[in-house]
Amino acid sequence: MDRYTQLVNTPVGKAVAKQVGLPKPVPLKRWVPGAKVIEGKVLVGGAPSGRLSGPICCVLADAGADVATPLRPDLRAAAAEAGLDASPWTPKASIDHRYAALVFDATGITESAQLEQLHAFFGPTIRQVGTCARVIVLGTPPGSAKKPSERVAQRALEGFTRAMGKEIGRGATVQLVYVEPGAEDAIAGTLRFFLSPRSAFVSGQVVRVGKPGGTVASDFDWEQPLAGKVALVTGASRGIGAAIASTLARDGAHVVGLDVPALEDDLKAVAEGIGGSALALDITDPDAPRAIASYLRREHRGVDVVVHNAGITRDRTLGRMDADRWNAVISVNLCSIERITDALIAGGSRAVLNAGGRIVCVSSISGIAGNAGQTNYATSKAGVIGVVNAYAPEVAKRGATINAVAPGFIETQMTAKVPLAIREAGRRMSSLSQGGLPIDVAEAIAWFASPASGGVNGNVVRVCGQSLLGA
Amino acid sequence: MTPAAPRRAVVLGGNRIPFARSDSAYKKASNQDMLTAALDGLVERFELAGERLGDVVAGAVLKHSRDFNLTRECVLGSRLAPETPAYDIQQACGTGLEAAILVANKIALGQIEVGVAGGVDTTSDAPLALNEDLRSILLDANRERSTQGRLKQLLRVRPQHLAPAIPRNEEPRTGLSMGAHQARTAAEWGISREAQDELAMRSHLNLAAAYERGFQDDLITPYLGLERDQNLRPDSSLEKLAKLKPVFGGADGTMTAGNSTPLSDGAAVALLASEEWAKERGLTPLATFVDAETAAVDYVTGREGLLMAPAYAVPRLLERNGLTLQDFDLYEIHEAFASQVLSTLAAWEDPVFCTQRLGLKAPLGAIDRSKLNVNGSSLAAGHPFAATGGRIVAALAKALHERGGGRGLISICAAGGQGVVAILEA
Repeated sequence: MDRYTQLVNTPVGKAVAKQVGLPKPVPLKRWVPGAKVIEGKVLVGGAPSGRLSGPICCVLADAGADVATPLRPDLRAAAAEAGLDASPWTPKASIDHRYAALVFDATGITESAQLEQLHAFFGPTIRQVGTCARVIVLGTPPGSAKKPSERVAQRALEGFTRAMGKEIGRGATVQLVYVEPGAEDAIAGTLRFFLSPRSAFVSGQVVRVGKPGGTVASDFDWEQPLAGKVALVTGASRGIGAAIASTLARDGAHVVGLDVPALEDDLKAVAEGIGGSALALDITDPDAPRAIASYLRREHRGVDVVVHNAGITRDRTLGRMDADRWNAVISVNLCSIERITDALIAGGSRAVLNAGGRIVCVSSISGIAGNAGQTNYATSKAGVIGVVNAYAPEVAKRGATINAVAPGFIETQMTAKVPLAIREAGRRMSSLSQGGLPIDVAEAIAWFASPASGGVNGNVVRVCGQSLLGA
Repeated sequence: MTPAAPRRAVVLGGNRIPFARSDSAYKKASNQDMLTAALDGLVERFELAGERLGDVVAGAVLKHSRDFNLTRECVLGSRLAPETPAYDIQQACGTGLEAAILVANKIALGQIEVGVAGGVDTTSDAPLALNEDLRSILLDANRERSTQGRLKQLLRVRPQHLAPAIPRNEEPRTGLSMGAHQARTAAEWGISREAQDELAMRSHLNLAAAYERGFQDDLITPYLGLERDQNLRPDSSLEKLAKLKPVFGGADGTMTAGNSTPLSDGAAVALLASEEWAKERGLTPLATFVDAETAAVDYVTGREGLLMAPAYAVPRLLERNGLTLQDFDLYEIHEAFASQVLSTLAAWEDPVFCTQRLGLKAPLGAIDRSKLNVNGSSLAAGHPFAATGGRIVAALAKALHERGGGRGLISICAAGGQGVVAILEA
């Protein structure tokens, strides 16, 4: 917790902040191993004729969630079918309750006038949520809508969730999950992630879930989703990379940490701490892709999860930036990702990336919004989004996925060096009014990396506390 | 020796005094006065003077400590033979029906041939107790051996100790009144003000009609100038009920004095016997007391509503008797609050409640509302807590007999998260 967040959560600080109208960040709840997906009551609603109330109830039942639903026959039947002892809910009943999450199936909304269903459900409930609550709206991807009016209505959901994210406050997050028709049973991993404290710093995001390449077993171990998997994490020796490595290891993966030889000592320390391996090499080396591929094939018979985290900054305004600064950033942050990915997916069924593999890139809010002094960095990070777009159809053929996280202001050694005024602006100019932690980025990556995220492909999800930048 | 196989216990009739509103017609009548009056009316009606009955079982919810043997005292004060044994029970509003279960069971087992079940309550002649601090001081003084010691203790008495301890209408474990509890349940089940007022109005109109056609003539004995239940409003209407302010659930609440039972005073008893005893006496059994069930719920943690126990008791009773909820010709669901009746019915129609909480495969479903409380219930008659069971048993047995046969369900919710239910058949 940064100093301002500490201060503003003292009784005096709270009073002052309220009087002066300062941002009021609340300490975000984060997930600890063994904890439930979500503590507290989850209210599940939906527009009539939606197709997701059943699957939503099944996920919640499986997660052991405490659920309530409005007294509508279709929702009550869905809850009963899923084996949920869901309390009945009516607008009057909300007075007594604090909800930990509001989940709304909006797939039944096929005309813009029906958007009133959002108002009818959230109007009486939005002020009844607890601290760090979760709001999830599920819809149909506009492009998959059957008729123009449905496409319009579904597209409208995005404005609703983003606006609610800015309004809700108190550490709560709001997401929109578009579920392709036919992908109803592929929502478990995504729903669990967005319900749980794992998504503490993710808000105002739009995610698409499609039909997965493979399915997960009914006895899937949600505590150790990556058990038996091998994960490569570049730039693993410190900061966000180290957090990614330890999070994937926590989830059961054997992590191969990679970093430049100059940081080999740090890298080895990280690898040893998590029972992983260390691979010290420079990813911009022309021979690096081949060396990585052969190492993974030799030592681990392939790789299941690849996290392209390695990245550098060489900030200068464009007129003062020399070619070396430009090239170094583009080479590390973008070219090497393309080359390594090519090497890992080459060879069809004999590729180093195993069937059902997961590729996760680390983009940046700079790549979306742009940032003064970072033309090189922003270019490279926007290019990373291009990598996701370009490779997604290709890897999908092999049951694999490629996605990216785009971190906003994350509290690291790197951001600690940013001048105070800019640092404070970076922290407060977001819906959650604070910086994120490396673990927040790592949790989002772990969600993408999970075998349960087979339907999540080609997404770029910002881990930025719904930053005002590039929104 | 093997015990005899259970036999049928039948309801022969009943008697009650009209129910009075609190601090009104019966303000000077004690529980003992009222229960004795109800008993004597029954003795009169069934020519039981001087008879030794198997048991008289009754109770009161609000009881003076001196009334430790209330029912036995009433028997001694009545025209029954003084050799008739009696005992008190107390299960809050379930007292009267639970008493009937106990009497019916002894009859079924052949342990007695005939018995009386009932109950009485007064909210006017309430048992005020000594202030708890004063009581503690007096007990301390009593434990002292010397006069000086006693005086020392008694000097601790302060003026505020003179305030008595008043019996409270709240659950000891939650500190919430029954109405506050039910307001939560009503909100949860989305029970509307309109639906509650409608149920209340029907209760008044149905009870008024029952009086008009003489249905109550052999169920009631006038007492202290009252011939009909004082709370009954034959001219009740939705417009009048709609004007009342909410009394539970805050300003947005749906529960009013019109759709909640008022505090009231009264007593009721029912006569049960074996078929053989009835035959010997030339008395016509009105209905068989078929079976009963009592349930309790965990309302303390808020997992279930305080008054939802009957919703659990009924399906267990149905299961045991191979019946569905629709297999009844009459339903007597005690109207503690209109919303209690409606919440119970809503729960029985809810797939989640029925599959997850009751463990059924499908919802119990809706009932035919035209069969519900056809001769009025507690909203119109009033609800002297322990007297309600006796009122319903006698009235339902008579209604079943009157229609030439059929099956009736009784459901009564009680404080402490309990519910008592029973089946009568004619």
